Amino acid sequence: MASIDYPLERPAVSLEKGFAQHLYEWVATVDHKKLGLMYVVSALLFFVIAGLMAFVIRLQLMFPNGHVVGPDTFNRLFTMHGTTMVFLVGMPLVAGFANYLVPLMIGARDMAFPRLNAFGFWIFLFGGFLLYYSYIGGSGLYGAGSAPDVGWFANAPLTEKAFSRGHSTDYWALGILVSGVGSIASAINVIATAFSLRCPGMTLSRMPLFVWVMVVDSWLILVALPPLTAAQIMLMLDRYLGANFFNTQQGGSAVLWQHFFWIFGHPEVYILIFPAFAILSEVIPVFSRKPLFGRAAMVGAVVAIGFISLGVWAHHMFAVGMSSWSNTFFAGSSMLVGIPTGLKIFNWTATMYGGKLRLQTPLLYCCAFLFQFLVAGLTGIMLAVAPFDWQLHDSYFLIAHFHYTLMGGLVMGIFAGIYYWFPKAIGKMYNEKLGKWQFWLMIIGFNLTFLPQHIAGMLGMPRRIYTYAPGRGWELWNLLSSLGAMVQFVAVACLVWNLVHSALRGEPAGDDPWDGWTLEWATTSPPPEYNFEKLPVVRSSRPLWDMKHPHDPDWKYE
Amino acid sequence: MAEALELTADALTMEREWKTPDRGTVGIIFLIVTESALFLIFVLAYLVYIGKSVVGPYPKDVLEMPIAATVCLLSSSLTIVMAEHQLEKNRIGPFRLWWAITILLGLYFLYDTALEWKKLIYVDHLTISTNLFGTTFYSLVGLHASHVTVGMTFLLLVFTVSLLGFPIETQKRRVKFLSWYWHFVDWVWVIVFTVVYIVSAR
Amino acid sequence: MFINAVIALLLQAQTSNLPEHPVANTFKPLASPGQQEKDIAILTLAITGAIFVVVGGLIVYGIWRYRRRPGDVSTQEPAQVYGSNQIEAAWTVIPILIVFVLIGVTARVIGSIENASPPPSTVKVRLIGHQWWWTVEYPQFGVTSANEIHVPVATNGSPATYLQLESVDVIHSFWIPQLAGKTDLIPNRTNYAWIDPKEPGIYLGNCAEYCGTQHANMLLRVIAEPPADFNRWADEQKRAANPDPALARAREIFESLACVNCHTIKGTGAVGKFGPDLTHLMSRQTIGSGVTTLTHEHLREWVDDPQTIKPGCLMPSMQLTNEQLDQVVAYLESLH
Ligand code: HEA
Ligand code: HEA
Ligand code: HEC
Ligand code: CUA
Ligand SMILES: [Cu+2]
Repeated sequence: MASIDYPLERPAVSLEKGFAQHLYEWVATVDHKKLGLMYVVSALLFFVIAGLMAFVIRLQLMFPNGHVVGPDTFNRLFTMHGTTMVFLVGMPLVAGFANYLVPLMIGARDMAFPRLNAFGFWIFLFGGFLLYYSYIGGSGLYGAGSAPDVGWFANAPLTEKAFSRGHSTDYWALGILVSGVGSIASAINVIATAFSLRCPGMTLSRMPLFVWVMVVDSWLILVALPPLTAAQIMLMLDRYLGANFFNTQQGGSAVLWQHFFWIFGHPEVYILIFPAFAILSEVIPVFSRKPLFGRAAMVGAVVAIGFISLGVWAHHMFAVGMSSWSNTFFAGSSMLVGIPTGLKIFNWTATMYGGKLRLQTPLLYCCAFLFQFLVAGLTGIMLAVAPFDWQLHDSYFLIAHFHYTLMGGLVMGIFAGIYYWFPKAIGKMYNEKLGKWQFWLMIIGFNLTFLPQHIAGMLGMPRRIYTYAPGRGWELWNLLSSLGAMVQFVAVACLVWNLVHSALRGEPAGDDPWDGWTLEWATTSPPPEYNFEKLPVVRSSRPLWDMKHPHDPDWKYE
Repeated sequence: MAEALELTADALTMEREWKTPDRGTVGIIFLIVTESALFLIFVLAYLVYIGKSVVGPYPKDVLEMPIAATVCLLSSSLTIVMAEHQLEKNRIGPFRLWWAITILLGLYFLYDTALEWKKLIYVDHLTISTNLFGTTFYSLVGLHASHVTVGMTFLLLVFTVSLLGFPIETQKRRVKFLSWYWHFVDWVWVIVFTVVYIVSAR
Repeated sequence: MFINAVIALLLQAQTSNLPEHPVANTFKPLASPGQQEKDIAILTLAITGAIFVVVGGLIVYGIWRYRRRPGDVSTQEPAQVYGSNQIEAAWTVIPILIVFVLIGVTARVIGSIENASPPPSTVKVRLIGHQWWWTVEYPQFGVTSANEIHVPVATNGSPATYLQLESVDVIHSFWIPQLAGKTDLIPNRTNYAWIDPKEPGIYLGNCAEYCGTQHANMLLRVIAEPPADFNRWADEQKRAANPDPALARAREIFESLACVNCHTIKGTGAVGKFGPDLTHLMSRQTIGSGVTTLTHEHLREWVDDPQTIKPGCLMPSMQLTNEQLDQVVAYLESLH
């Protein structure tokens, strides 16, 4: 097979640069790797902030009649926790991982539109600041400010001027709208990059699965985010110009907001989980030493999820009193998503069968993902059974369901990715022992937090309550849950320490520490600004396998 | 790490013949996809709220078909194609002429919209807060008009730089993308026109 | 004062023969909708549980069986397997079959709960959501109450209670886990739900859709009584408030205050609609939509400053003098 050339010398790093110059380099950069890292780092920062909010939520609910915070503060906490986690943690993680890895994996020197890329990042960050600025400007500076308290899906008409005075809701709408523009920009960029900048030989069918998933993810962003943008524009028109979209006094519909929000909101949850799918599809094969089982079907499955998920949104609305026909339709379409998702779980598992599993931190997180996402998916199926959902809707069972998907799925998948690519991006090795410690603490803490919530939900505990009376059977489950959050706290602290410490003091990692198969391992760690000295030419979906096994290359079987 | 493998003749031809789609084309297509999704929601909101206004005025009382404006906007889709053709052949003069016509047609459309809104506001007392019809009408038509305005800004930009002597024939790709965008805006108008002036005004 | 306390105690005693169900366990349903929801829940749990055991077992077994053993240092790669169409087809088709079974059952239960038509002997209740309390109206009896829904116990589904759900401000949701799943109360829209409690008792529930500051304290209780008791209750509720001559002065004070702008007391000048109807306040077990029990102390505290009990609620602190407070509370306590 053809040449993959390695730069003979590492790009010289000059140590003479002052702080200002470093800062300038990062702020003015259009390099996809720098932008990717900035996305991931800001996402992690927001994760810590939102995690701390969750921690306070758990403290408040630890015992009945909790007095840690009052009702207003509590309502702001869960609103900001949810909003931040979804829009300022999940979305930039999508953009960050795609930015860093897609060009490297397809053998390109940068993204298709580098400046648009930088624009996307800064506008996202600006949106994040706008949202948090509400803490200062929310009810006008004199009211000392207050964050929005309308919940992350901000149901109308609670968001109308009549029920939500001050400006906090405006910050919510504006902040998300603005950062959404960034997501759109980066999604267009990812698609254009993947289609147009593939290196010679990298046909669509040879594109790494990671790239495929990111393309489908970007497509979902492009079709699903505009409905949210539209709904937010309508909300702003209502609030500022007295329009009547969601003004029930003038005949406006409160249900319409929910339709528009969830037309976005459901695809959004797949937008969030896809990066984890993408990461698993790279990490599991490399750590099992086997190619991904059923590559074509895996691509087909994400495409199928990408389309089916556009038609299931009203399963969030089983309680609004839709006709039984609609209820049945949306129950059915929701369950259908389980089929391609199941296929993915089975194929990942099959990849591991017959392999030689190296149970290092990245793979451990993938295993945790498989298990926890299985739980999450199955509770999702329970929610999709509409009559069962009439009981479970907006209860702690639902909270448990989506934390199993988001924390047990998305975030654990991201952890796998962080550990896996950390050596590539930073050039240093993380501390494996601490990584394993963090893993076990995380697993214990996470399950201890969210498993009991299933039970609390089935015992009738609704979500978004700042307090509850003793004697309703919820005390034990909440106590366990809060204890779990404390364990998670320690685990996240370990992660932060591991990353920061290893970045400063870690052992040099080498260019290809995992004996990987995709193109990013064919360049230095960290990669030079131009990624590849000479663009690679590939003949299969595992170019580095071909190179390392010249007598048994993959392309012979294609 | 392992040494690079020998270059086979096969790989060399592969490298030479390797072709991928143009990134600008991909970009603009997906920009249009995402914009369509945005319009779809506003159109849906309009359709849902037809006949739901609690107080008047109602569409059938106040709306008049903007036939002339529609003809202008749709024909500007043709004139921009003519302009492109001329540019393809590097005939800058005719290009400018067709381009100018496109701009004029677009400007007339915007002017007509402005007149229509003025009449609705001052004569019929329909504002965005009057009723659901006002709310959905101004936001849908306004969203479209704002897109026309954006397109118009770029049309004017191209026109100005070409007048200033910039070698516009080096920018055929970008002019093509702009014209695609303009077509998109025109097609959206067909939908808006159908929904607002035909379906709801009956 | 003493008498009032005794009355309050008596009132408590009056309803205490009804068993309370404080733990709203969805798996111990006591009405038809809840029962059907539980049945399908059990079926779903069985199916998903089986999937979990099988798939989860395979995952765990795979990890265990194929882990690299310590001491295995060979760099030999395992056999490279790219996939298998048969196997993949199998694990696509089996889930499809399971999903179709589930869809079928779901469709049936949805229909049987949502499209149930009211039998002739039906109690109709109009339940209206407010930020953060409920109006309970019985159009058949001309009765308006708040926060606590009295219904007759049903034998073989009769008499069932049909609820017409509305809201005056934002979205709320009706949820009594042991009786029925959720149905939202949505402004500018009317929804319906029904319950037929099989056993007498007090069933607790919550507003289940986030509706603002005090969403947590927008509790609901359904008081299911034998039909005879229910009818007696309804008859009493029909009455206007009893003008107790001994409390004429207290009543005067109450009516001179702004209370009347927000509260209704049938047969008096108080006709406000913003707050709960107080005509038979003392027949209720709780105040503030379940935030606390209705005792003399709590009532006094509430009228003094509701914001300490239910911070953020829409009844302002009325800044009454001590004397006014005593009189007003005394008057309220005469409203049986
Ligand atoms: C990453 C995020 C994520 C993911 C991937 C999912 C996945 C799924 N979700 Fe979840 N969901 C959320 C995040 C997510 N969800 C969030 C955030 C909310 C709440 C929002 C809010 O209200 O705040 C929510 C709420 C939510 C509801 C609304 C509940 C309510 O409000 O009342 C429903 C109802 O149908 C639902 C269903 C599903 C289903 C069917 C899947 C499916 O995709 C799951 C598919 C997977 C499997 C089924 C497991 C693997 C498959 C097999 C092993 C094959 C065999 C299986 C079968 C044959 C069934 N989800
Ligand atoms: C990606 C999404 C995501 C993630 C990862 C999480 C993570 C967590 N969530 Fe979150 N959650 C949501 C998305 C998410 N959540 C959403 C969308 C809602 C709905 C909101 C709404 O209703 O509107 C919600 C709601 C929600 C509720 C319900 C609130 C309510 O309804 O009243 C609860 C309650 O327990 C909760 C808890 C937690 C906990 C304990 C974690 C933990 O896993 C968090 C672990 C992290 C930490 C504990 C932080 C540790 C920090 C450090 C160690 C600091 C280190 C220090 C330095 C670096 C200086 N969440
Ligand atoms: C601005 C309107 C307003 C005024 C004035 C007002 N109330 Fe209220 N009141 C309310 C509202 C709203 C509630 C329901 C609060 C809740 O549960 O969230 C309420 C609840 C109550 C309750 C509890 C009822 C129940 O069944 O839960 C009592 C008792 C009461 N008010 C008495 C009074 C008295 C006495 C006064 C005058 C001194 C008064 N109110 C003045 C609005 C008002
Ligand atoms: Cu009413 Cu929540
Ligand atoms: Cu969903």
